[in-house]
Amino acid sequence: MHDHQQNSTPADRAVIEFRKVDYRTADGKSIISDLNLSVAQGETFVLLGQSGSGKTTALKLINRLLSETSGTVQVDGRPTSDWELVALRRRIGYVIQEGGLFPHFTVEKNVGLIPRLLGKLPDEVNHRVDEMLQLVDLDPASFRSRYPHQLSGGQRQRVGVARALAGDPPILLMDEPFGALDPVVRAELQRQFKALQQKLRKTVVLVTHDVPEALRLGTRIGLLESGSLVGCYPRSEFVASTDPRVKQYRDAFAE
Amino acid sequence: MIRYMLTHRTEVATLVFEHIWLVGISMLLAVAIGVPLGILLTRRPRLSPAVLGSTNIIQTIPSLALFGFLLPAPWLGERADRIAITALTLYALLPIVRNTFVGIRGVDPAVREAAEAMGLTRNQVLFRVELPLAASVVLAGIRTATVISVGIATIAAAIGAGGLGEFIFRGLAMVNNSLILTGAVPAAVLALAADLGLGFAESRWRTPRV
Repeated sequence: MHDHQQNSTPADRAVIEFRKVDYRTADGKSIISDLNLSVAQGETFVLLGQSGSGKTTALKLINRLLSETSGTVQVDGRPTSDWELVALRRRIGYVIQEGGLFPHFTVEKNVGLIPRLLGKLPDEVNHRVDEMLQLVDLDPASFRSRYPHQLSGGQRQRVGVARALAGDPPILLMDEPFGALDPVVRAELQRQFKALQQKLRKTVVLVTHDVPEALRLGTRIGLLESGSLVGCYPRSEFVASTDPRVKQYRDAFAE
Repeated sequence: MIRYMLTHRTEVATLVFEHIWLVGISMLLAVAIGVPLGILLTRRPRLSPAVLGSTNIIQTIPSLALFGFLLPAPWLGERADRIAITALTLYALLPIVRNTFVGIRGVDPAVREAAEAMGLTRNQVLFRVELPLAASVVLAGIRTATVISVGIATIAAAIGAGGLGEFIFRGLAMVNNSLILTGAVPAAVLALAADLGLGFAESRWRTPRV
């Protein structure tokens, strides 16, 4: 079962692995076909592709918001179908565009929800919330008691990251996390995310359609096209690749 | 009319109380049945046309007829207040079931998905996210149902279930307008009070929007 790990060191063992994964919708439309890829511990793997390429679907297969039609998706060496759902999801933070914050909860309750559900005492929860807010550069004193609608897009996004990290999951999934932001805020958050990731070394899978973002954040880039993987490239290889499909994608962003 | 109300204040008070009791009990029952039913429909959307359809049909039955239909029912028929409460509960179901269903379906899918992805169980998603976010819509349904019930409950007097309808039917029989008003005015005040009170609750539960 672990034959794929034969020549790998523990540091880069696969945390997430797709094996021959197909996903079809209930009405039979193929979204993902024969997807094989593995994500090593501590890397920031970027799934790059146009809308409709199946990148969000691939992401949702990891935390089982969707279930594969065939093949297996493994997390920590175990098929996700064998995991107890709540246990699996507690290991995986999930950040979506605009944060997906609970509109009826304050920042404090949003960020503190998972620690609270994990049975932490109120003091510990408070402490954790402050710690997480500081981590994403928000002053706890002025943000704790605000509601999501009282925040800017960038602030909401940061709270979304803080919330995802509050349960200290080893894996982080991010779906176009900076997509809805204006370019200045976006660049600022990308820079912060990079610094944060250097500190935390989570295993990150980030979905985007934006080539500069992929190059800025990804340690490896997987290019997805109509549900199939064109290839996985370390950053430098992606820049240098002569594969026409990669080139086409790259050129679309070159001004 | 005022003079009549003052001279008969014990009777007015009794009937007002009876009226509130009829409406109150039926609303409690309707909420206890309607909210879970609405939640069930969000889980099994295929049932929704059948359930919403039948509650809709109930709504179209004239109330006097529904009271009449229930008269021969085994346990219910024994006491007029049981019939009245059953009928009022049935009438109140539609707005409550429908609003619970619509309210929960109206929760932003991204928010629900975020909750699931965080590892919240189904019940946690329901009680911490879906119901609080749907609360103002559900309350609006309860409010509509209550206001309708206060009105329909006056007809319950026709089968001897009491309530403010007593004055109205007595007034009709005696062609006495002030007697009719003695029933109608407090009923209208009750309906307005329920509307205001529940409207206030509803606005307090309205979630802050972006």
